[in-house]
Amino acid sequence: MQNPYLPYPVRIDDITVEAVDKSLKTFKFVFLNDGDEEKFAYQAGQFAELSIPGVGETPIGIASSPVEKGFVKFTVNRAGVVTTHLHNMKVGDVMGLRGPLGNWFPWEEMEAGKNVLIVGGGFAFTTLRSSIIYMLDPANRSKFGNIDVVYGARSPGMLLYKDELVEWEKRDDINMHITVDATDDPDWKYNVGFVPPITEQKAPQGGDDAYAIVCGPPIMIKFTQPVLEKLGYAHDHIIMSLENRMKCGFGMCGRCGIGKELVCKDGPVFTLDQINKTPREY
Amino acid sequence: MTILKIDKKNWAEGLTAAANTYRLFGPVKEKDYHQFKALEKGEMPDLDMINTRLSPKALLFPQSEAMLECSLDESRDDHHIMKEIVRDDKPRAVVGIRPCDAKSTLLVKLNFDTPDVQDPYWLGAYHATTFIGMACDTPLSTCFCTTAGCGPYHEEGLDMLVMEQGDAYLAKLLTDKGKAFAAAAGWSETADDSAAFEAGRKAAEDRIVSTVKTDNLAATDLLELHGAPFWEDIAFSCINCGTCTFSCPTCWCFDIQDEVHGKSGVRMKNWDSCMFPIFTVHTTGHNPRDAKAQRVRQRFMHKLKYFVDKYDAGIMCVGCGRCVRQCPVNIDIRRVCEQMNSFKTAESCAAEG
Repeated sequence: MQNPYLPYPVRIDDITVEAVDKSLKTFKFVFLNDGDEEKFAYQAGQFAELSIPGVGETPIGIASSPVEKGFVKFTVNRAGVVTTHLHNMKVGDVMGLRGPLGNWFPWEEMEAGKNVLIVGGGFAFTTLRSSIIYMLDPANRSKFGNIDVVYGARSPGMLLYKDELVEWEKRDDINMHITVDATDDPDWKYNVGFVPPITEQKAPQGGDDAYAIVCGPPIMIKFTQPVLEKLGYAHDHIIMSLENRMKCGFGMCGRCGIGKELVCKDGPVFTLDQINKTPREY
Repeated sequence: MTILKIDKKNWAEGLTAAANTYRLFGPVKEKDYHQFKALEKGEMPDLDMINTRLSPKALLFPQSEAMLECSLDESRDDHHIMKEIVRDDKPRAVVGIRPCDAKSTLLVKLNFDTPDVQDPYWLGAYHATTFIGMACDTPLSTCFCTTAGCGPYHEEGLDMLVMEQGDAYLAKLLTDKGKAFAAAAGWSETADDSAAFEAGRKAAEDRIVSTVKTDNLAATDLLELHGAPFWEDIAFSCINCGTCTFSCPTCWCFDIQDEVHGKSGVRMKNWDSCMFPIFTVHTTGHNPRDAKAQRVRQRFMHKLKYFVDKYDAGIMCVGCGRCVRQCPVNIDIRRVCEQMNSFKTAESCAAEG
């Protein structure tokens, strides 16, 4: 019997400071043991428990993409005991990784040539980055229709993965709509405004062949939902990723329940249709 | 089905013999209350007890259990690499468990033994354990097992069911594990007396004075029940002490915490409770179940609705009555169940005109 509580040992291979206020860092991990990377096979949208022996564990969405091999990446906001400790760790340090956990975005459905609209806000962009890299991979791009991305942060300095954003901007097989809440940068050449109104202005119409994946802070989700409805996205084509306090990550410890569903096991990815049938205790 | 007759004179002797093969656990009176514990050599389970204050769930799911360990000493090659703590899964037997508590293990098993993931700690202990049940001839006024999918002579979850008959015990061997225990105890005199079990069961069931109705729970709309007007009222007196969840044989929620002792780290699994605000609080401070009434609702909805819908295995309660007896403010799951079961949704009211 495999012990689901036992993490794979990993080494921090690289650390990138993502945000201007240093609250966000991307950690690149490599597995210490041969074969563990294969066992950790994941899909975009899943998460894992970053496991620091002697400190604790924290559930974080996987930011690297299944098509990227040799490492896994997580972008972590410094917030609590474990994430603060992690922010103080250095390249070469050894810790643990437990997963992959939870379900993923509905790739099988979307890979039937569907148009995909990605709406992201703040540091919830991590599993969306994983998804974009996956969809743009030469082996996968033809499986999708149009790809549109609305991504917003508080300010230009708070945008994640800036190099990649610039690269995607240049491509003609993905439509990027980057926005910031506000900026005093006179050279800022993208959008200014909150994610919901930018979505309303820029996002394509919904319909049977269109899916919207939405990840962001609760306030963004709240105001984006009516916009997507107006654009014609059906509730079972609006895909969201939920967060709740978690411990085990595989459906046993009981705390992340939203009614009879558990965010860690039955989610974190739900359609709006599914969420509407729960008591929404998240 | 083999039924054995064990002269009470041979009971202690048999258990002493079985102790060579099994680590024995049983109910023992300590100060004012009975509790399940490992029996010392020669110590006998107290079969006269009605029920223990805490359920025996800790035998499979300890209140605090070390799962993993690692060295934090950076001079060692394996520092900060978690390893499994070697478990003691040698055969053990719990003697004198009540049928309600035995049934509860099967409900808890639904959580820890799933098609995708299995908890090796709970399952290791479960498979190592032989459950020797003592039929319950003197139920309490708070017992409602017969309407909670269980009963004083209920056999689910047991390997052997023992009942008292004058100077002897009759023991029904329900599984191979039960037969193996009887062999280890040297009990072999058979008695073709299933009528005694039947009579005992009827008499004991007649002594159960308390019931719950659960027939409408599955059909009632989940969200309407969640939004029912009675939750504030039910929760009014609750002090969120967690006694109900700790004493409950079917409450399985737990926490995972790291402990550091010098240069070694241990990852612990500890009982937790949905009654505590910290159970669900996010790092941001946001708490999806911030209000007391939300937490009280979660406990009862989990037991009497979410579990019912998810597993189709009845309610997540065996009617042991511990939470009823021990709640310091007299919140009574029987009354809550009645309110939930008789709740009329807007739709059903309209249908009835």
